Amino acid sequence: MNNIEIVQKGLKKRYAKERRFKAYGVFSIIISLSFLAFLLFDIALKAAPAFTQTYIKLDIDFSHKVLRINEKSSYTKDELFELPYHKLPSKSLYQLFPGIENRKQKKALRKLVSSGVRYNLRNMVIKNSKLIGTSKSIWVLADDDIDSLVKGLIDRNIPEADRRVKDFQIAWIDKLQLENRVESRFNINFFTSGDSREPEQAGILGALKGSLYTMLITLLLSFPIGVAAAVYLEEFAHKNNWLVDMIEVNINNLAAVPSIVFGILGLAVYINLFGVPRSAPLAGGLVLGLMTLPIIIITTRAAIKSVPPSIREAALGLGASKMQVIIHHVLPLSMPGILTGSIIGMAQALGETAPLLMIGMVAFVADIPQGFFDPSTVLPVQIYIWSDSPERSFIALTSAAIIMLLVFLFLMNLLAIILRKKFETRW
Amino acid sequence: MSNLNFFIILLIIAAIVFFIGQKKAYSYSMFNGGAKLHSLPNYYGYLTTLWTFLPAFGVFVIWSFFESNVSSMLTISQFSELQQLSVDELSLALNEIKILAVTNSSSVSINNQAAAVYSEYLNHSFNLKILVSVLLALLGFFYTYLRIKPTMQARNSVEKLIVYVLFTCALIAIFTTVGIIFSVLFESIEFFSQVSITEFFFGTHWSPQIAIREDQVGGSGSFGAVPLFWGTIFISFIAMIIAAPLGLIAAIFLSEYATSQVRAIIKPILEILAGIPTVVYGFFAALTVGPLVRDFGYYLREIGINLDIEILANLTVSTESVLAVGLVMGMMIVPFILSLSDDVILSVPNAMRDGSIALGATKSETVWRVIVPAALPGIVGGFLLAISRAIGETMIVLMAAGVAANLTANPMNVVTTITTQIVTLLTGDQEFDSVKTLAAFALGLGLFVTTLILNIIALHVVKKYREQYE
Repeated sequence: MNNIEIVQKGLKKRYAKERRFKAYGVFSIIISLSFLAFLLFDIALKAAPAFTQTYIKLDIDFSHKVLRINEKSSYTKDELFELPYHKLPSKSLYQLFPGIENRKQKKALRKLVSSGVRYNLRNMVIKNSKLIGTSKSIWVLADDDIDSLVKGLIDRNIPEADRRVKDFQIAWIDKLQLENRVESRFNINFFTSGDSREPEQAGILGALKGSLYTMLITLLLSFPIGVAAAVYLEEFAHKNNWLVDMIEVNINNLAAVPSIVFGILGLAVYINLFGVPRSAPLAGGLVLGLMTLPIIIITTRAAIKSVPPSIREAALGLGASKMQVIIHHVLPLSMPGILTGSIIGMAQALGETAPLLMIGMVAFVADIPQGFFDPSTVLPVQIYIWSDSPERSFIALTSAAIIMLLVFLFLMNLLAIILRKKFETRW
Repeated sequence: MSNLNFFIILLIIAAIVFFIGQKKAYSYSMFNGGAKLHSLPNYYGYLTTLWTFLPAFGVFVIWSFFESNVSSMLTISQFSELQQLSVDELSLALNEIKILAVTNSSSVSINNQAAAVYSEYLNHSFNLKILVSVLLALLGFFYTYLRIKPTMQARNSVEKLIVYVLFTCALIAIFTTVGIIFSVLFESIEFFSQVSITEFFFGTHWSPQIAIREDQVGGSGSFGAVPLFWGTIFISFIAMIIAAPLGLIAAIFLSEYATSQVRAIIKPILEILAGIPTVVYGFFAALTVGPLVRDFGYYLREIGINLDIEILANLTVSTESVLAVGLVMGMMIVPFILSLSDDVILSVPNAMRDGSIALGATKSETVWRVIVPAALPGIVGGFLLAISRAIGETMIVLMAAGVAANLTANPMNVVTTITTQIVTLLTGDQEFDSVKTLAAFALGLGLFVTTLILNIIALHVVKKYREQYE
């Protein structure tokens, strides 16, 4: 048997091996892609119920007797603030379902509508005090369990004891539905309110604003310092200087330090040493700024490196100083790259959760933050808080918040891609 | 006037003095018989601005950082009642004082008096800070303004100043590392003075509950961190078992087999996986993958009972299983390994590929016998970085793994990790110097040192490898 025969003999096996290996490659790509698809699909499916909300039409009687207020031509705001508004929806419900005497059932009946309805009614009355003494049909927010029932998320066939909604409540809702008193609407609350213990009233506006303030601080801290550090390291640093080497090692290492360690730094240095207010966007932004710094430095250096030497040499040849070359030519030319890197760094900071837990941004904050010092939370931390809540309806809210977060990240990345495509220069 | 307002005023002043400096330079060139200026008039303006702004701003920032601490220390020194408090009580009292100082309620408790003193100190400090900043700004302004003359080398001075500013910015990287080390080191030393090092590193029992009463049973708290180390390693191991082959083979496929069109589509899609925040993975692991794995565990147990396999029949199954967490973490790391391996594989010179193909090797033989061995240091470096990421990952384990410290080799069971414990110990009630919080800092130190070593080795290996082919 000569060499050619030996090779021929093994050929079939080798080709089979080749095909097998290629199949492994396709297989691993398919696995990764299907995991991504499964994740996105699963979250979208879970989020869908959160975008609509159930409303119930009630005939609210704003009579003086129910509100316990004397007839007057005008009322002060303080007077209107303290009225027993919680009685209005309850009374209307008792009228819709007369003859319920059982205390437990009465309580269940009152719980058909959200406990926040009284505040909405209060705001309506304060806005328009002429309502007092009249009666009006108003669509009010249903309780989250009723909302789940109407959306079909609660199985009516499981035993009553295992269900969050009792049989008589189901009967009431069915009756209301027959009378066209139940309606599903777009969940506007989700975008206009802060956090709440009641799922039907909880929204992400507080978290969004918190994220915005935090990101502003992060950007203000990391962008100028990052670009400045990168310019120094790339243009002015002496090679083979121990201090410069140390800075380089530190930057590369900081880019890979676990984010939670930055949280510990924030807790020990910013909050305990410098007295920065806990839970405030200022503290969060300072922590995330330090975290984003290495990313911005590394990408800026790459962008500066990619400016061809001919540009520098031409400027130097015309008599510009080194600083003039950098400020007038190198930085403007590398700006698209710098911005792309910064946006990607900011996107990473926007999704970061762990370090913010350390500095107390995990506290329950119902108010919408108005500045850099107010206690607040951010979008990913809000996701974490909601995912920890026992109420089932929070699952949908969590998923919806995740979708919002992913949309923001997607937009930021898209912006980065467009910037790169639009200003990309081939030298 | 708030800090922000003062900062804005400082900026406006800085802008105005630019024109003053510039005008003086102009006046020399235009009216004094056209004396030749060394630099462009703008540079005289810049120089004035920098000297006016930088010292004032620097002092302002540093002062702002320390004023609340110095004020509280001065307040404590005024009240002997506060000096007698223990460290925990003092930090509580200080918190209350700070809140009271803002809300201005009127009662006569000690804390309230202290709050009044505290806010007075803060006020003084603020006024003094502004005064010093303004003085420095004036000093800086006159220092430059009086020196402006045609022979002054304004541009050189400006450029030298800017380089110093740039250098200071670059130093922040070192300050950050120093800050990290300082913030964990002292607390860790304090911790190890209360808990022996051998117990921490070799003890197998972790339950950081501290006694509320002196005589409480089992309330002494034990800090044997071996179960945490094991949990972290176990989860990272499972993640790497999934991510390493998937990521490496996908990278090889994309760089060696796929056409450029396929690559241009698939790579960005897989990079989406890398961009998804970890809190999303955590949610997915806790709510979807966890229950799926649990059901699979029940199924295995049933098979074990039916077929009389003892190991399977006695399987402990949990929703917060190691397998579920490791699986999701593995998928999170895939794009990370993919892009790192992709880089090193692409940087293997084409001559080596062509040489191997020309000798009659198939593509897969080329990959396994030429490219992968050549790229091995880079690939290993990437794996090390991925391991360091898995060890430091917090949100997935926090949401989907448990807090029960178990020493188990059963992937269906619960374990806890270093990062989970840091978060649970530090986000609970805040008595800052209890052994519990100190333990979190000791764990943080361990985490930082471990990932530091891994990162330095990995970066060194990758750098050496790059140099080989450049």
